[in-house]
Amino acid sequence: MQRFFVLLVATFLMSSAAAIDTDKRFDDPELQARYEQLISEVRCLQCQNQSIKDSNVSLAADLRREIARMIEEGKTDDEIAEFLVVRYGEFALYRPRTTGKTLVLWLAPFLLVLFGIYALARVVKHRTSLPIDDDSEIKG
Amino acid sequence: MNRYLWPLIAVVALLVFLVMGLRHGDPRALPSPFIGKPAPQFELPTLKNPEVSIGTEHMTGNYALVNVWATWCVMCRAEHGFLLDLAESGAIPIYGINWRDSRPDAIRWLQELGDPYLASAYDEDGRVGIDWGVYGAPETFLVDPDGTVIYKHLGPLDPAIWQREFVSRMNGGGAD
Repeated sequence: MQRFFVLLVATFLMSSAAAIDTDKRFDDPELQARYEQLISEVRCLQCQNQSIKDSNVSLAADLRREIARMIEEGKTDDEIAEFLVVRYGEFALYRPRTTGKTLVLWLAPFLLVLFGIYALARVVKHRTSLPIDDDSEIKG
Repeated sequence: MNRYLWPLIAVVALLVFLVMGLRHGDPRALPSPFIGKPAPQFELPTLKNPEVSIGTEHMTGNYALVNVWATWCVMCRAEHGFLLDLAESGAIPIYGINWRDSRPDAIRWLQELGDPYLASAYDEDGRVGIDWGVYGAPETFLVDPDGTVIYKHLGPLDPAIWQREFVSRMNGGGAD
């Protein structure tokens, strides 16, 4: 049993030792921070539930390289997002931009909360208007 | 009765969306942003001869297939036989983009299995692959005579897919 746990712990240590792209791309810490932020928000399309920061597949490596190159060229975050969307569609971004197409994504949660408040208010209003000494209507 | 009507409608609507989601087919297949747009421009050395270059302009003037392949790609081997048949039939010129591969391996593959491509571009570092929005070989683009991408297929081709998705999109101009 003890050996099992030792193996288990060793397994976890192994996976963290194989962390991806740990090298610094930029000497400037500000650029490095931008780079890391960007690559954590781009979906790896070969392995769709990882960001390209977490993925080791070839395409993720290519995209990291391209993003580093664009940062070096002085491109803005918006320009880099545009580069990706033109090629891979809005799906490539974990944080979709607010455009006509994605507006519903951004507004839906708020609309649903508003609808919930409205429904709750109606139910509460209806219940409070029931006579207190006669609960037969609630049971019925 | 009426108080159950709206919840019922909501549940039915949810079920409809669920079923639609499940029937969507390959969850990896994404709508390509290139459909209806000009094929991305590129200029690459050919696979067989690094001195000769090939680019998008060589592929226009007729319907053409642009097939992204690599020797490490298992499903590329699966579709290779069909590509050979298609090339043999003369239905459409087929160009290859050899994506993130080793040149000697790729040349050997074509020697051993046969070469369905008029020419293959050699995209060693995957940069042209990115420009074409490639995320999983094999991918096959159908380009019309004006150089507009009219369809993209993710995954191996076979005769049924060819008939259903490709032939139907080429209004008679494909066979010459």
